[in-house]
Amino acid sequence: MAKTTQTADPGGLITTQIRQWIGRSGEPQRLEVTRRDIMKYAIATQQRLEKYRRGDEAPPMFLFNAHQPLVDLDALRPDGLTVDPLLPELPLRRVMAGGIKNTYHRPVKPGDHLVLTRTIADIYEKQGASGPLIFVVYGVRVETENGELVMEEIRRRIFR
Amino acid sequence: MPTLSTVTVGTELDERTHETSMVSLFLYNAAVWNPHRIHFDAEYTTQVEKHPNIVVDGPLQGDWLSQAVTEWLGEDGNLVEFEYSNRRAAYLGERLRAGGEVIEIDRQAGTVTLQLYIKNADDVVIAPGRALVRLPG
Repeated sequence: MAKTTQTADPGGLITTQIRQWIGRSGEPQRLEVTRRDIMKYAIATQQRLEKYRRGDEAPPMFLFNAHQPLVDLDALRPDGLTVDPLLPELPLRRVMAGGIKNTYHRPVKPGDHLVLTRTIADIYEKQGASGPLIFVVYGVRVETENGELVMEEIRRRIFR
Repeated sequence: MPTLSTVTVGTELDERTHETSMVSLFLYNAAVWNPHRIHFDAEYTTQVEKHPNIVVDGPLQGDWLSQAVTEWLGEDGNLVEFEYSNRRAAYLGERLRAGGEVIEIDRQAGTVTLQLYIKNADDVVIAPGRALVRLPG
C-alpha cells in the first residue's frame, strides 16, 4: 500500500487506483533560461528590483509552471489546461491553485540549463465549505544538467 | 538592506497594493504559459466554473508575497525558503495588499523568519505566507 500522510477520506473519493499514483514521477522537463523570459516575467509581475527587471536573475516564483510539458493546442482540455500526464483520473475536475513551498539553493540566471523532475508526493481528500476537495501534492526538483541542485518545490493543486 | 543587528521581532515590511487588469493578467499567464480560461474568458469563468468574475492566479499572489520579501531584502538579498497557501479566490480589479513582519530571529544561524499576507479590501487574509531569509550581521 502506498504511503499517505494526511489522508482524510471522508467521502471515499480516493480509490486504491488513485492512491497508486503516489510516488510516480513524470518525464523530466528540460529548459534553457533566457534573459528575455525573465524580463517578460518581471514586467508581468511588476517587479521593482533591478536584477529582475534587467533579467540578471530570475524572481523566486519564475519557475512556477516550468515543469509543465508543452503540448499542442488540440491537446488542451476544455478548460484550457494541459492534459496532465502525471495525474490520475479524479472524480472532481475543476482545478484551483493551492500554494507552494520552495527551498532555494542558488539563484536562477540566464543561460542556466535546468532539468525539472516532478513526483506525486501525496493525494488526499478534505471537506471544503462547499463540498469535497481533492488535494494533489507534487514535489518538483530543479537541477542543472550537471546535477547541481537549484530549487525544490512542493506544490498543491486542488480539485473541486 | 536589513541586518541581523537592525531587525527586531515585529519589524514590518512595506505594504504594497496590487490591482490586476485584463492586460496584466494576460501577460502573467502568457509568461508562465497558463491557458486556464478562468483567467481570460469571462463567459466561461462565470457560466462553467461558476466564479463571479475573472480569477486572479493564486501563484501571482504568491509572487506578490515573494516581492514583499525581495524588496525588503534589496538587490543582494538571500531568500532561503518561501511558502504560501491560497485560502480564498480573488477577482479581476480587486485591490489586494501584500505585506508582512518579522516573527523570529535566529542570530546564530543568521536567519530571520517572516510572516506574510495578501489581504483583500475587507482586510481578510486570502493568502498567508512565510519566508526564511539569511541576513548579514
